[in-house]
Amino acid sequence: MTDTTTTYRTHRNWPNPLHATLLAGTVPLFLGALLSDIAYYRSFHIQWSNFASWLIAGGLVFCGLAILFALAGMLRAGRKPRSGLYLALLVATWILGFLDALHHARDAWATMPAGLVLSVIVLVLACLATWAGLSEPRTGGER
Amino acid sequence: MRAALTASTLVLLLTGCGAGDDQPQQYGAVSSLPEPQRGLLPSMKIAEPVPWDDALPTVPAGYRVSAIATDLKIPRQTLVLPNGDILVAEGRGGSAPALKPKDVIAGYIKARGTTSMESGDRLTLLRDADGDGTYELQTVFADNLNAPYGLALHENNLYVANQDALVRFDYQVGQTEASGPPTEIIRLPAEINHHWTKALTISPDGRHLYVGIGSNSNITERGMEVEADRAMIWQIDAATGAHKPYATGLRNPTALAIQPGTGQLWAAVNERDELGEDLVPDYITAVREGGFYGWPYSYWGQNVDDRVRPQDPEKVASAIVPDYALGAHVAALGLAFSSPAMGERFAEGVFVGEHGSWNRKHPVGFRVIFVPFSNGRPAGDPVDFVTGFRTDDGKTRGRPVGVTVDPRGALIVADDLANVVWRVVREE
Repeated sequence: MTDTTTTYRTHRNWPNPLHATLLAGTVPLFLGALLSDIAYYRSFHIQWSNFASWLIAGGLVFCGLAILFALAGMLRAGRKPRSGLYLALLVATWILGFLDALHHARDAWATMPAGLVLSVIVLVLACLATWAGLSEPRTGGER
Repeated sequence: MRAALTASTLVLLLTGCGAGDDQPQQYGAVSSLPEPQRGLLPSMKIAEPVPWDDALPTVPAGYRVSAIATDLKIPRQTLVLPNGDILVAEGRGGSAPALKPKDVIAGYIKARGTTSMESGDRLTLLRDADGDGTYELQTVFADNLNAPYGLALHENNLYVANQDALVRFDYQVGQTEASGPPTEIIRLPAEINHHWTKALTISPDGRHLYVGIGSNSNITERGMEVEADRAMIWQIDAATGAHKPYATGLRNPTALAIQPGTGQLWAAVNERDELGEDLVPDYITAVREGGFYGWPYSYWGQNVDDRVRPQDPEKVASAIVPDYALGAHVAALGLAFSSPAMGERFAEGVFVGEHGSWNRKHPVGFRVIFVPFSNGRPAGDPVDFVTGFRTDDGKTRGRPVGVTVDPRGALIVADDLANVVWRVVREE
């Protein structure tokens, strides 16, 4: 991690490739969870609910690691409003994703409909966090 | 013993669990049930196992208890043979894969409350030749079985319900070892085997065998398809192996017994979890032929379980209310009708072995109770018969499973945590 620190120092908060992969990876994972929830909601076929549970678990792993990178980046770069927002969105994604995971640990239809609603919220948050994290970095004292 | 589990209990709880106090369990006829509730996590309380050492279970005044067999490999059900020998079915079954992250975590936690002993997959014979109460012979009667559980005897036919098949041994009184491998009568539903135990009893005339087949899930979370031929009691023709569903909608019929005199089939049934501390009561009931007892669509009659899709209002309307509630989560695994040989107080009724709860903040079960009967029907609250399976500081010494009445006046109790068989007798 310290190597990448040196490499990207001039770019401030621009995520390194691993960080970017983890961050962007949350979107297809949580999207897959949502689509699986929708499939279960429409079909009552339990396997979709199982898929959703594992995809959420995967999303939480990616999101959690991205949070660690974001924290490290913030510490290096100093406190910037942009990185603060990014971190806040990531943390919100993880917390609601965790609630979603707990809700999906219920048996059969007990995951519904709250599990589906939570999956929508988590996906939106994951998209926003990824947008914030991967946006063109601005250097120097904006505002 | 388990350093990682420094706290004596592992409590995973809990938001939104209403009153949260230990409500008294409801017994017998249930007038009203609480609303279903579940926090973010299901209540899980697993008590750390500790050895008995010199301690003994607690029995009523005028009775005494002793361990008649130790170092067994997960004893579950027992059978008293005509000459007083006792057969013990030993083993652990099930091959249910983890489908969700939850299954991995819950499986790990629940395993802490069970024995680490390997599955015996055998029958052990115990013999007290001189009748002094010490079973000096402990020998393997038959092995290479597949998680044997239910046992029944009629004349020279010894029936064993493995987790995947009903088999028969030729038995001669006095045998200490089976004369050969068993004959298979019929395969039993064994795919997944989420609830793997196959309870067994036989009609007094020896014509019909009854096998309890548990559901393949708590509440259909493994899908409806895997529930074909599950959560029911089969009636099997002993001669031909032909079978039919005798009663359905019984989530996990873990013990079956024939009522003396009437020939009526009774079952102990474990009901569903994760609906709250006091839902759904496990029960004993006289089993009506052709009856539907609710699972999965409803519980305790017409209380719809909203976790099941698609629902089935017609089946719900037909659901029978069971006879006698034992309390939620007690995990009744043993059922035996008493006899006057057990003493006046316990002459008419049933003994029920309660394995003990996991889905409850304040553990329940972990005891053998006596449900008094009058005129052939349950009458009154249960009475503790064997207790002391948990220590005062909340650890678990043993977990009762099968109970069997020895007609000479003893109750045989299998303990699958301590791997012991207990025998309770009246003091002279």
